[in-house]
Amino acid sequence: MSVDAVSVSGLSKTFRVPDGKGGHIRHMAVDQVTFAVEAGGSLGIVGESGSGKTTIARMLVGLERASGGSMTVLGRDRSTPTRRAVERNRRARELQIVFQDPYTSLDPSQSARAAVDEVLRHHAKLTAGQRPTRTAALMEQVGLTERQADARPRDLSGGQRQRVAIARALAAEPRVLILDEAVSALDVSIQAQIVNLLADIRAATGMAYLLISHDLAVVRQLCDAVLVLRRGKVVEQGSCGQVLDAPVEDYTRRLRAAVPVPGWRPGS
Amino acid sequence: MGRLLLHRLGGLAVTLLLSSMAIFGSLYLAPGSPEDVLFGSRAPSAAARAAVARELHLDRPLPVRYWDWLTGVLHGDLGRSMVTGQPVTSRLGHGLGVTLALVALSMILVLLFGLGLGTAAALRPGAVDAATNALTSVSVTVPPFVASTLLISVFAVRLDWFPASGIGTGAGGEIRGLLLPACALAITNCAFLARVTRNALREQLEREHVQTALVRGLPRWVVLRDHVFRNALPPILTAVSLLTSGTFATTLVVETAFAVPGIGQLTITSVAQKDFPVVQAVSLLLVAAFVICNALSDLGHALIDPRLRTAGRTT
Repeated sequence: MSVDAVSVSGLSKTFRVPDGKGGHIRHMAVDQVTFAVEAGGSLGIVGESGSGKTTIARMLVGLERASGGSMTVLGRDRSTPTRRAVERNRRARELQIVFQDPYTSLDPSQSARAAVDEVLRHHAKLTAGQRPTRTAALMEQVGLTERQADARPRDLSGGQRQRVAIARALAAEPRVLILDEAVSALDVSIQAQIVNLLADIRAATGMAYLLISHDLAVVRQLCDAVLVLRRGKVVEQGSCGQVLDAPVEDYTRRLRAAVPVPGWRPGS
Repeated sequence: MGRLLLHRLGGLAVTLLLSSMAIFGSLYLAPGSPEDVLFGSRAPSAAARAAVARELHLDRPLPVRYWDWLTGVLHGDLGRSMVTGQPVTSRLGHGLGVTLALVALSMILVLLFGLGLGTAAALRPGAVDAATNALTSVSVTVPPFVASTLLISVFAVRLDWFPASGIGTGAGGEIRGLLLPACALAITNCAFLARVTRNALREQLEREHVQTALVRGLPRWVVLRDHVFRNALPPILTAVSLLTSGTFATTLVVETAFAVPGIGQLTITSVAQKDFPVVQAVSLLLVAAFVICNALSDLGHALIDPRLRTAGRTT
Protein backbone atom coordinates (compact mmCIF):
# COMPACT_ATOMS: atom_id res chain seq x y z
CA MET A 1 0.00 0.00 0.00
CA SER A 2 1.33 3.42 -0.97
CA VAL A 3 1.81 6.19 1.57
CA ASP A 4 -1.07 8.53 2.27
CA ALA A 5 -1.02 11.87 0.48
CA VAL A 6 -1.84 13.66 3.71
CA SER A 7 -1.89 12.19 7.18
CA VAL A 8 -2.85 14.25 10.19
CA SER A 9 -2.93 12.92 13.71
CA GLY A 10 -4.03 14.59 16.93
CA LEU A 11 -3.61 18.02 15.32
CA SER A 12 -4.42 20.92 17.64
CA LYS A 13 -4.17 24.68 17.50
CA THR A 14 -4.73 27.04 20.41
CA PHE A 15 -5.01 30.78 19.96
CA ARG A 16 -4.61 33.28 22.75
CA VAL A 17 -7.52 35.67 22.46
CA PRO A 18 -8.36 38.69 24.63
CA ASP A 19 -11.17 37.87 27.08
CA GLY A 20 -12.43 41.45 27.15
CA LYS A 21 -11.28 41.95 30.75
CA GLY A 22 -7.63 42.69 29.98
CA GLY A 23 -6.51 39.08 30.18
CA HIS A 24 -6.30 36.29 27.67
CA ILE A 25 -8.14 33.05 27.31
CA ARG A 26 -7.04 30.07 25.30
CA HIS A 27 -9.25 29.25 22.39
CA MET A 28 -8.99 25.76 20.88
CA ALA A 29 -9.46 26.44 17.15
CA VAL A 30 -8.50 22.89 16.20
CA ASP A 31 -8.87 20.12 18.77
CA GLN A 32 -7.26 16.69 18.30
CA VAL A 33 -8.13 16.31 14.63
CA THR A 34 -7.09 13.09 12.92
CA PHE A 35 -7.63 12.24 9.27
CA ALA A 36 -5.89 10.90 6.21
CA VAL A 37 -6.15 11.46 2.48
CA GLU A 38 -4.98 8.45 0.50
CA ALA A 39 -2.73 8.94 -2.55
CA GLY A 40 -4.87 10.35 -5.35
CA GLY A 41 -7.87 10.50 -3.03
CA SER A 42 -9.99 13.46 -2.13
CA LEU A 43 -11.34 14.53 1.21
CA GLY A 44 -13.79 17.29 1.91
CA ILE A 45 -13.70 19.14 5.22
CA VAL A 46 -17.06 20.75 5.96
CA GLY A 47 -18.30 22.82 8.84
CA GLU A 48 -19.72 26.21 9.65
CA SER A 49 -17.62 29.39 9.83
CA GLY A 50 -15.15 29.31 12.69
CA SER A 51 -15.10 25.53 12.88
CA GLY A 52 -11.33 25.47 12.27
CA LYS A 53 -11.28 24.36 8.62
CA THR A 54 -9.01 27.11 7.34
CA THR A 55 -6.71 26.85 10.37
CA ILE A 56 -6.04 23.22 9.42
CA ALA A 57 -5.16 24.31 5.88
CA ARG A 58 -2.89 27.09 7.13
CA MET A 59 -1.04 24.66 9.41
CA LEU A 60 -0.60 22.17 6.58
CA VAL A 61 1.01 24.76 4.28
CA GLY A 62 3.15 26.14 7.12
CA LEU A 63 1.51 29.56 7.56
CA GLU A 64 0.53 28.62 11.10
CA ARG A 65 2.42 26.60 13.72
CA ALA A 66 0.54 23.64 15.18
CA SER A 67 0.14 23.58 18.97
CA GLY A 68 0.14 19.82 19.04
CA GLY A 69 -0.10 16.68 16.93
CA SER A 70 1.67 15.73 13.75
CA MET A 71 1.22 16.22 10.02
CA THR A 72 2.82 14.33 7.17
CA VAL A 73 2.47 14.93 3.46
CA LEU A 74 3.55 12.07 1.13
CA GLY A 75 5.02 10.42 4.21
CA ARG A 76 7.30 13.35 5.06
CA ASP A 77 6.81 15.12 8.35
CA ARG A 78 5.87 18.81 8.30
CA SER A 79 4.63 19.25 11.84
CA THR A 80 6.63 22.46 12.25
CA PRO A 81 7.03 25.26 9.70
CA THR A 82 10.48 25.46 8.15
CA ARG A 83 12.72 28.45 7.61
CA ARG A 84 15.10 26.64 5.29
CA ALA A 85 14.69 27.62 1.64
CA VAL A 86 15.45 24.16 0.26
CA GLU A 87 12.94 22.45 2.53
CA ARG A 88 10.30 25.09 1.78
CA ASN A 89 10.84 24.60 -1.92
CA ARG A 90 10.49 20.85 -1.54
CA ARG A 91 7.32 21.17 0.54
CA ALA A 92 5.87 23.48 -2.09
CA ARG A 93 6.29 20.77 -4.70
CA GLU A 94 4.44 18.33 -2.46
CA LEU A 95 1.48 20.50 -1.61
CA GLN A 96 -0.06 23.67 -2.99
CA ILE A 97 -3.08 25.67 -1.95
CA VAL A 98 -5.75 27.73 -3.73
CA PHE A 99 -7.43 30.32 -1.52
CA GLN A 100 -10.97 31.55 -1.34
CA ASP A 101 -10.51 35.11 -2.47
CA PRO A 102 -8.89 35.44 -5.91
CA TYR A 103 -8.91 39.20 -5.44
CA THR A 104 -6.30 39.14 -2.68
CA SER A 105 -4.39 35.99 -3.54
CA LEU A 106 -2.93 37.44 -6.76
CA ASP A 107 -0.30 40.16 -7.05
CA PRO A 108 -2.09 43.13 -8.70
CA SER A 109 0.96 44.07 -10.74
CA GLN A 110 1.60 40.62 -12.14
CA SER A 111 -0.06 39.11 -15.20
CA ALA A 112 -1.24 35.51 -15.12
CA ARG A 113 1.65 34.51 -17.33
CA ALA A 114 4.21 36.22 -15.09
CA ALA A 115 2.71 34.62 -11.97
CA VAL A 116 2.97 31.13 -13.47
CA ASP A 117 6.40 31.77 -14.95
CA GLU A 118 7.71 32.88 -11.57
CA VAL A 119 6.71 29.57 -9.97
CA LEU A 120 8.13 27.58 -12.89
CA ARG A 121 11.44 29.43 -12.58
CA HIS A 122 11.85 28.22 -9.01
CA HIS A 123 10.48 24.71 -9.33
CA ALA A 124 10.48 23.08 -12.72
CA LYS A 125 13.78 22.05 -14.26
CA LEU A 126 13.01 23.92 -17.44
CA THR A 127 15.23 26.20 -19.46
CA ALA A 128 14.20 29.77 -20.20
CA GLY A 129 13.28 28.59 -23.69
CA GLN A 130 11.02 25.78 -22.48
CA ARG A 131 9.11 27.76 -19.86
CA PRO A 132 6.80 29.69 -22.24
CA THR A 133 5.58 26.39 -23.71
CA ARG A 134 4.81 25.01 -20.26
CA THR A 135 3.10 28.27 -19.26
CA ALA A 136 0.95 28.17 -22.37
CA ALA A 137 0.02 24.55 -21.63
CA LEU A 138 -1.03 25.45 -18.08
CA MET A 139 -3.07 28.39 -19.35
CA GLU A 140 -4.85 26.08 -21.75
CA GLN A 141 -5.40 23.51 -19.02
CA VAL A 142 -7.25 26.03 -16.84
CA GLY A 143 -9.04 27.53 -19.82
CA LEU A 144 -7.49 30.99 -20.06
CA THR A 145 -7.10 32.64 -23.46
CA GLU A 146 -3.86 34.22 -24.67
CA ARG A 147 -5.27 37.67 -23.98
CA GLN A 148 -6.41 36.79 -20.48
CA ALA A 149 -2.98 35.32 -19.76
CA ASP A 150 -1.38 38.70 -20.36
CA ALA A 151 -3.98 40.69 -18.41
CA ARG A 152 -3.52 41.96 -14.88
CA PRO A 153 -5.84 40.57 -12.20
CA ARG A 154 -7.93 43.76 -12.15
CA ASP A 155 -8.91 43.21 -15.77
CA LEU A 156 -10.10 39.66 -15.05
CA SER A 157 -13.35 38.42 -13.56
CA GLY A 158 -13.48 36.47 -10.30
CA GLY A 159 -13.72 33.15 -12.13
CA GLN A 160 -10.81 34.01 -14.42
CA ARG A 161 -8.71 35.07 -11.45
CA GLN A 162 -9.43 31.79 -9.73
CA ARG A 163 -8.26 30.01 -12.89
CA VAL A 164 -5.01 31.99 -12.65
CA ALA A 165 -4.62 30.95 -9.00
CA ILE A 166 -5.21 27.32 -9.96
CA ALA A 167 -2.70 27.50 -12.83
CA ARG A 168 -0.15 29.06 -10.47
CA ALA A 169 -0.69 26.24 -7.97
CA LEU A 170 -0.41 23.60 -10.69
CA ALA A 171 2.85 25.09 -11.98
CA ALA A 172 4.74 23.59 -9.03
CA GLU A 173 3.33 20.18 -10.04
CA PRO A 174 2.23 19.32 -6.51
CA ARG A 175 0.94 15.88 -5.57
CA VAL A 176 -1.63 17.35 -3.18
CA LEU A 177 -3.82 20.41 -3.70
CA ILE A 178 -5.68 22.15 -0.90
CA LEU A 179 -8.72 24.09 -2.08
CA ASP A 180 -9.66 26.45 0.72
CA GLU A 181 -13.21 27.58 -0.14
CA ALA A 182 -11.79 27.94 -3.63
CA VAL A 183 -15.17 28.24 -5.32
CA SER A 184 -17.15 29.91 -2.52
CA ALA A 185 -16.53 33.48 -3.68
CA LEU A 186 -17.76 32.77 -7.20
CA ASP A 187 -21.30 33.00 -8.51
CA VAL A 188 -23.15 29.76 -9.14
CA SER A 189 -22.57 29.29 -12.88
CA ILE A 190 -18.87 30.14 -12.61
CA GLN A 191 -18.69 27.86 -9.58
CA ALA A 192 -19.93 24.98 -11.71
CA GLN A 193 -17.29 25.72 -14.36
CA ILE A 194 -14.48 25.75 -11.81
CA VAL A 195 -15.77 22.58 -10.12
CA ASN A 196 -15.76 20.85 -13.50
CA LEU A 197 -12.27 22.18 -14.20
CA LEU A 198 -11.04 20.85 -10.85
CA ALA A 199 -12.63 17.45 -11.53
CA ASP A 200 -10.92 17.35 -14.96
CA ILE A 201 -7.55 18.28 -13.50
CA ARG A 202 -7.82 15.58 -10.88
CA ALA A 203 -8.74 13.00 -13.51
CA ALA A 204 -5.77 14.09 -15.65
CA THR A 205 -3.09 14.34 -12.95
CA GLY A 206 -4.19 11.94 -10.21
CA MET A 207 -3.56 14.69 -7.68
CA ALA A 208 -4.97 14.31 -4.19
CA TYR A 209 -7.47 16.99 -3.14
CA LEU A 210 -8.20 18.38 0.28
CA LEU A 211 -11.31 20.47 -0.23
CA ILE A 212 -12.37 22.87 2.45
CA SER A 213 -15.90 24.11 2.01
CA HIS A 214 -19.16 24.92 3.68
CA ASP A 215 -20.94 23.92 0.49
CA LEU A 216 -22.04 20.31 0.72
CA ALA A 217 -22.97 20.16 -2.98
CA VAL A 218 -19.43 21.03 -4.06
CA VAL A 219 -17.98 18.49 -1.63
CA ARG A 220 -20.31 15.81 -2.95
CA GLN A 221 -19.21 16.57 -6.52
CA LEU A 222 -15.47 16.57 -5.93
CA CYS A 223 -14.79 14.29 -2.96
CA ASP A 224 -14.83 10.60 -2.11
CA ALA A 225 -14.68 11.11 1.62
CA VAL A 226 -15.86 13.83 3.95
CA LEU A 227 -15.05 15.01 7.45
CA VAL A 228 -17.45 17.16 9.46
CA LEU A 229 -15.83 19.67 11.78
CA ARG A 230 -17.53 21.56 14.57
CA ARG A 231 -15.75 23.96 16.93
CA GLY A 232 -12.42 22.38 16.05
CA LYS A 233 -13.51 18.81 16.70
CA VAL A 234 -14.26 16.04 14.22
CA VAL A 235 -17.97 15.26 14.50
CA GLU A 236 -18.35 12.71 11.79
CA GLN A 237 -16.09 11.16 9.17
CA GLY A 238 -16.66 8.71 6.35
CA SER A 239 -17.42 8.30 2.67
CA CYS A 240 -19.36 11.08 1.00
CA GLY A 241 -22.44 8.97 0.33
CA GLN A 242 -22.57 7.60 3.82
CA VAL A 243 -22.10 10.86 5.72
CA LEU A 244 -24.08 13.19 3.51
CA ASP A 245 -26.98 10.86 2.69
CA ALA A 246 -27.36 9.15 6.04
CA PRO A 247 -25.78 11.39 8.66
CA VAL A 248 -25.53 9.89 12.12
CA GLU A 249 -24.76 13.12 13.91
CA ASP A 250 -27.37 15.76 14.56
CA TYR A 251 -24.92 18.56 13.58
CA THR A 252 -24.35 17.04 10.12
CA ARG A 253 -28.11 16.75 9.69
CA ARG A 254 -28.54 20.39 10.55
CA LEU A 255 -25.75 21.39 8.14
CA ARG A 256 -27.53 19.43 5.45
CA ALA A 257 -30.89 20.96 6.29
CA ALA A 258 -29.38 24.45 6.01
CA VAL A 259 -28.74 23.98 2.28
CA PRO A 260 -31.45 25.65 0.18
CA VAL A 261 -33.02 23.13 -2.22
CA PRO A 262 -35.50 23.64 -5.06
CA GLY A 263 -38.84 24.57 -3.59
CA TRP A 264 -37.23 25.98 -0.45
CA ARG A 265 -38.94 29.07 0.94
CA PRO A 266 -37.33 31.41 3.43
CA GLY A 267 -38.90 31.04 6.84
CA SER A 268 -40.80 27.84 6.03
CA MET B 1 5.13 57.47 -22.35
CA GLY B 2 5.96 60.14 -24.93
CA ARG B 3 2.47 61.59 -24.63
CA LEU B 4 2.74 61.64 -20.86
CA LEU B 5 6.05 63.47 -21.16
CA LEU B 6 4.54 66.10 -23.48
CA HIS B 7 1.55 66.42 -21.21
CA ARG B 8 3.81 67.00 -18.22
CA LEU B 9 5.98 69.54 -20.04
CA GLY B 10 2.84 71.44 -21.07
CA GLY B 11 1.64 71.41 -17.48
CA LEU B 12 5.04 72.66 -16.33
CA ALA B 13 4.90 75.61 -18.75
CA VAL B 14 1.33 76.57 -17.76
CA THR B 15 2.08 76.33 -14.04
CA LEU B 16 5.19 78.47 -14.38
CA LEU B 17 3.31 81.08 -16.43
CA LEU B 18 0.46 81.32 -13.92
CA SER B 19 2.76 81.46 -10.92
CA SER B 20 4.93 84.09 -12.62
CA MET B 21 1.80 86.26 -12.93
CA ALA B 22 0.94 85.70 -9.29
CA ILE B 23 4.50 86.45 -8.15
CA PHE B 24 4.89 89.52 -10.35
CA GLY B 25 1.49 90.89 -9.35
CA SER B 26 1.77 90.25 -5.63
CA LEU B 27 5.20 91.84 -5.35
CA TYR B 28 4.02 95.08 -6.96
CA LEU B 29 0.78 95.11 -5.02
CA ALA B 30 2.66 94.68 -1.76
CA PRO B 31 3.33 97.87 0.26
CA GLY B 32 6.65 99.59 -0.37
CA SER B 33 7.38 100.59 -3.96
CA PRO B 34 10.61 99.65 -5.72
CA GLU B 35 11.88 103.20 -6.07
CA ASP B 36 11.75 103.68 -2.28
CA VAL B 37 14.31 100.91 -2.06
CA LEU B 38 16.70 102.90 -4.21
CA PHE B 39 16.23 106.13 -2.27
CA GLY B 40 16.64 104.43 1.07
CA SER B 41 16.18 106.88 3.92
CA ARG B 42 16.55 109.95 1.69
CA ALA B 43 13.42 111.93 0.83
CA PRO B 44 13.64 112.62 -2.93
CA SER B 45 11.91 115.45 -4.75
CA ALA B 46 8.82 114.59 -6.78
CA ALA B 47 10.74 115.17 -10.02
CA ALA B 48 13.59 112.85 -9.02
CA ARG B 49 11.10 110.19 -7.95
CA ALA B 50 9.26 110.47 -11.28
CA ALA B 51 12.54 110.25 -13.18
CA VAL B 52 13.54 107.06 -11.36
CA ALA B 53 10.08 105.59 -11.89
CA ARG B 54 10.39 106.30 -15.62
CA GLU B 55 13.87 104.81 -15.68
CA LEU B 56 12.52 101.59 -14.08
CA HIS B 57 9.41 101.66 -16.32
CA LEU B 58 7.32 101.92 -13.16
CA ASP B 59 5.09 104.56 -14.76
CA ARG B 60 3.69 102.02 -17.19
CA PRO B 61 0.63 99.85 -16.47
CA LEU B 62 1.23 96.52 -14.72
CA PRO B 63 0.33 94.23 -17.69
CA VAL B 64 2.83 96.07 -19.90
CA ARG B 65 5.56 95.77 -17.27
CA TYR B 66 4.73 92.07 -16.86
CA TRP B 67 4.92 91.52 -20.61
CA ASP B 68 8.30 93.29 -20.80
CA TRP B 69 9.59 91.19 -17.91
CA LEU B 70 8.21 87.96 -19.37
CA THR B 71 9.77 88.50 -22.81
CA GLY B 72 13.04 89.29 -21.02
CA VAL B 73 12.83 86.06 -19.02
CA LEU B 74 12.12 84.05 -22.17
CA HIS B 75 15.28 85.53 -23.68
CA GLY B 76 17.26 84.59 -20.59
CA ASP B 77 17.30 88.10 -19.19
CA LEU B 78 15.96 88.17 -15.66
CA GLY B 79 16.73 91.86 -15.19
CA ARG B 80 19.23 93.52 -12.93
CA SER B 81 19.44 93.53 -9.16
CA MET B 82 18.21 96.83 -7.81
CA VAL B 83 20.66 96.64 -4.95
CA THR B 84 23.92 95.60 -6.57
CA GLY B 85 23.17 96.35 -10.20
CA GLN B 86 24.45 92.88 -11.23
CA PRO B 87 22.44 90.83 -13.72
CA VAL B 88 20.06 88.57 -11.77
CA THR B 89 21.20 85.51 -13.75
CA SER B 90 24.77 85.83 -12.49
CA ARG B 91 23.58 86.28 -8.88
CA LEU B 92 21.44 83.15 -9.23
CA GLY B 93 24.04 81.08 -11.05
CA HIS B 94 26.42 80.24 -8.22
CA GLY B 95 23.69 80.05 -5.55
CA LEU B 96 21.70 77.60 -7.61
CA GLY B 97 24.63 75.21 -7.84
CA VAL B 98 25.18 75.34 -4.07
CA THR B 99 21.49 74.83 -3.30
CA LEU B 100 21.16 71.93 -5.74
CA ALA B 101 24.21 70.28 -4.14
CA LEU B 102 22.71 70.84 -0.67
CA VAL B 103 19.31 69.39 -1.62
CA ALA B 104 20.94 66.45 -3.40
CA LEU B 105 23.19 65.67 -0.41
CA SER B 106 20.25 65.95 1.97
CA MET B 107 18.04 63.69 -0.16
CA ILE B 108 20.83 61.10 -0.42
CA LEU B 109 20.89 61.01 3.40
CA VAL B 110 17.09 60.82 3.49
CA LEU B 111 16.97 57.93 1.02
CA LEU B 112 19.77 56.08 2.78
CA PHE B 113 18.45 56.36 6.32
CA GLY B 114 14.73 56.74 5.63
CA LEU B 115 14.50 53.69 3.40
CA GLY B 116 16.94 51.75 5.60
CA LEU B 117 15.13 52.43 8.86
CA GLY B 118 11.70 51.91 7.30
CA THR B 119 12.71 48.59 5.79
CA ALA B 120 14.29 47.39 9.02
CA ALA B 121 11.17 48.35 10.97
CA ALA B 122 8.86 46.63 8.49
CA LEU B 123 10.83 43.39 8.32
CA ARG B 124 11.70 43.09 12.02
CA PRO B 125 8.56 43.48 14.11
CA GLY B 126 9.18 43.78 17.83
CA ALA B 127 12.27 45.45 19.27
CA VAL B 128 13.69 46.90 16.04
CA ASP B 129 10.27 48.22 14.98
CA ALA B 130 9.62 49.75 18.41
CA ALA B 131 13.06 51.38 18.53
CA THR B 132 12.66 52.82 15.03
CA ASN B 133 9.20 54.03 15.92
CA ALA B 134 10.51 55.83 19.00
CA LEU B 135 13.40 57.35 17.02
CA THR B 136 11.19 58.57 14.18
CA SER B 137 8.54 59.88 16.59
CA VAL B 138 11.12 62.15 18.16
CA SER B 139 12.99 63.20 15.04
CA VAL B 140 9.85 63.93 13.03
CA THR B 141 9.15 66.70 15.53
CA VAL B 142 12.57 68.36 15.14
CA PRO B 143 12.05 71.21 12.68
CA PRO B 144 15.07 72.22 10.57
CA PHE B 145 15.70 75.48 12.45
CA VAL B 146 15.94 73.59 15.76
CA ALA B 147 18.09 70.91 14.15
CA SER B 148 20.37 73.63 12.71
CA THR B 149 20.94 75.19 16.12
CA LEU B 150 21.59 71.83 17.77
CA LEU B 151 23.98 70.66 15.05
CA ILE B 152 25.92 73.93 15.05
CA SER B 153 26.32 73.94 18.82
CA VAL B 154 27.40 70.30 19.03
CA PHE B 155 29.37 69.54 15.87
CA ALA B 156 30.65 72.98 14.88
CA VAL B 157 31.14 74.83 18.16
CA ARG B 158 31.88 72.12 20.72
CA LEU B 159 33.52 69.43 18.60
CA ASP B 160 34.73 71.77 15.83
CA TRP B 161 34.38 69.05 13.19
CA PHE B 162 32.55 71.17 10.68
CA PRO B 163 32.41 74.89 9.89
CA ALA B 164 29.64 76.72 11.74
CA SER B 165 29.02 79.12 8.92
CA GLY B 166 29.74 79.30 5.22
CA ILE B 167 31.21 76.58 3.07
CA GLY B 168 34.79 75.85 2.16
CA THR B 169 36.37 75.88 -1.27
CA GLY B 170 36.89 72.97 -3.63
CA ALA B 171 34.67 69.92 -3.88
CA GLY B 172 35.90 68.46 -0.57
CA GLY B 173 35.46 71.68 1.38
CA GLU B 174 32.07 72.29 -0.14
CA ILE B 175 30.76 68.86 0.84
CA ARG B 176 32.24 69.25 4.34
CA GLY B 177 30.52 72.61 4.67
CA LEU B 178 27.22 71.33 3.31
CA LEU B 179 27.08 68.19 5.46
CA LEU B 180 25.67 69.81 8.61
CA PRO B 181 23.04 71.85 6.74
CA ALA B 182 22.11 68.71 4.78
CA CYS B 183 21.66 66.82 8.08
CA ALA B 184 19.51 69.63 9.46
CA LEU B 185 17.29 69.36 6.39
CA ALA B 186 17.27 65.55 6.46
CA ILE B 187 16.30 64.75 10.06
CA THR B 188 12.54 65.33 9.77
CA ASN B 189 12.44 63.97 6.24
CA CYS B 190 14.27 60.77 7.24
CA ALA B 191 11.72 60.10 9.94
CA PHE B 192 8.84 60.84 7.59
CA LEU B 193 10.18 58.63 4.82
CA ALA B 194 10.98 55.85 7.31
CA ARG B 195 7.36 55.87 8.45
CA VAL B 196 5.96 55.94 4.93
CA THR B 197 8.31 53.12 3.91
CA ARG B 198 7.49 51.01 6.95
CA ASN B 199 3.76 51.36 6.45
CA ALA B 200 3.89 50.78 2.70
CA LEU B 201 5.99 47.63 3.18
CA ARG B 202 3.82 46.40 6.06
CA GLU B 203 0.69 46.83 3.97
CA GLN B 204 2.23 44.71 1.22
CA LEU B 205 3.67 42.13 3.63
CA GLU B 206 0.20 41.54 5.03
CA ARG B 207 -1.24 40.85 1.59
CA GLU B 208 -2.39 37.29 1.13
CA HIS B 209 -0.44 36.86 -2.08
CA VAL B 210 2.78 37.84 -0.30
CA GLN B 211 2.18 35.58 2.68
CA THR B 212 1.45 32.66 0.42
CA ALA B 213 4.34 33.33 -1.96
CA LEU B 214 6.65 31.58 0.52
CA VAL B 215 4.22 28.64 0.51
CA ARG B 216 4.69 28.47 -3.25
CA GLY B 217 8.35 27.83 -2.53
CA LEU B 218 9.72 31.17 -3.74
CA PRO B 219 12.91 32.35 -2.01
CA ARG B 220 12.35 35.07 0.58
CA TRP B 221 14.40 37.71 -1.21
CA VAL B 222 12.49 37.15 -4.46
CA VAL B 223 9.21 37.65 -2.60
CA LEU B 224 10.54 40.85 -1.02
CA ARG B 225 11.92 42.23 -4.28
CA ASP B 226 9.16 41.29 -6.72
CA HIS B 227 6.04 41.38 -4.59
CA VAL B 228 6.67 43.57 -1.54
CA PHE B 229 9.02 46.34 -2.70
CA ARG B 230 7.61 46.58 -6.18
CA ASN B 231 4.06 47.13 -4.97
CA ALA B 232 5.17 49.39 -2.11
CA LEU B 233 7.10 51.69 -4.46
CA PRO B 234 4.33 54.11 -5.57
CA PRO B 235 3.62 55.68 -2.12
CA ILE B 236 7.36 55.79 -1.37
CA LEU B 237 8.06 57.55 -4.67
CA THR B 238 5.31 60.08 -3.99
CA ALA B 239 6.74 60.76 -0.53
CA VAL B 240 10.29 61.22 -1.90
CA SER B 241 9.09 63.70 -4.52
CA LEU B 242 7.08 65.70 -1.97
CA LEU B 243 10.02 65.74 0.43
CA THR B 244 12.43 66.85 -2.29
CA SER B 245 10.29 69.79 -3.32
CA GLY B 246 9.70 70.64 0.34
CA THR B 247 13.45 70.59 0.95
CA PHE B 248 13.93 73.33 -1.65
CA ALA B 249 11.61 75.56 0.38
CA THR B 250 13.27 74.67 3.69
CA THR B 251 16.69 75.71 2.36
CA LEU B 252 15.50 79.29 3.05
CA VAL B 253 15.78 78.61 6.78
CA VAL B 254 18.76 76.31 6.87
CA GLU B 255 20.97 78.27 4.45
CA THR B 256 20.38 81.36 6.55
CA ALA B 257 21.25 79.49 9.76
CA PHE B 258 24.50 78.11 8.33
CA ALA B 259 25.29 81.12 6.10
CA VAL B 260 25.37 78.89 3.06
CA PRO B 261 25.54 81.11 -0.04
CA GLY B 262 22.67 79.42 -1.89
CA ILE B 263 19.32 80.38 -3.33
CA GLY B 264 17.62 80.22 0.05
CA GLN B 265 19.90 82.78 1.62
CA LEU B 266 19.68 84.93 -1.51
CA THR B 267 15.88 84.87 -1.22
CA ILE B 268 15.92 86.00 2.39
CA THR B 269 18.38 88.85 1.79
CA SER B 270 16.61 89.96 -1.39
CA VAL B 271 13.24 90.04 0.35
CA ALA B 272 14.74 92.04 3.21
CA GLN B 273 16.29 94.48 0.71
CA LYS B 274 13.13 94.49 -1.45
CA ASP B 275 15.29 93.55 -4.41
CA PHE B 276 12.27 92.82 -6.61
CA PRO B 277 13.88 91.30 -9.74
CA VAL B 278 15.88 88.83 -7.63
CA VAL B 279 12.88 87.86 -5.49
CA GLN B 280 10.83 87.26 -8.63
CA ALA B 281 13.51 85.05 -10.11
CA VAL B 282 14.08 82.93 -6.99
CA SER B 283 10.34 82.54 -6.34
CA LEU B 284 9.91 81.31 -9.87
CA LEU B 285 12.82 78.89 -9.38
CA LEU B 286 11.17 77.45 -6.25
CA VAL B 287 7.91 76.95 -8.13
CA ALA B 288 9.82 75.28 -10.94
CA ALA B 289 11.53 72.95 -8.44
CA PHE B 290 8.11 71.89 -7.07
CA VAL B 291 6.60 71.29 -10.48
CA ILE B 292 9.65 69.42 -11.78
CA CYS B 293 9.69 67.12 -8.73
CA ASN B 294 6.02 66.31 -9.21
CA ALA B 295 6.47 65.68 -12.92
CA LEU B 296 9.43 63.36 -12.25
CA SER B 297 7.41 61.44 -9.68
CA ASP B 298 4.55 60.98 -12.14
CA LEU B 299 6.95 59.75 -14.79
CA GLY B 300 8.41 57.39 -12.20
CA HIS B 301 4.95 55.99 -11.45
CA ALA B 302 4.37 55.43 -15.13
CA LEU B 303 7.74 53.69 -15.44
CA ILE B 304 7.04 51.31 -12.53
CA ASP B 305 3.77 50.20 -14.04
CA PRO B 306 1.89 51.97 -16.82
CA ARG B 307 -1.36 50.30 -15.83
CA LEU B 308 -0.97 50.45 -12.08
CA ARG B 309 -3.72 52.79 -10.98
CA THR B 310 -5.27 51.15 -7.94
CA ALA B 311 -2.51 49.52 -5.95
CA GLY B 312 -0.55 51.47 -3.40
CA ARG B 313 -1.65 54.99 -4.38
CA THR B 314 -1.45 57.31 -1.44
CA THR B 315 -3.94 59.78 -2.80
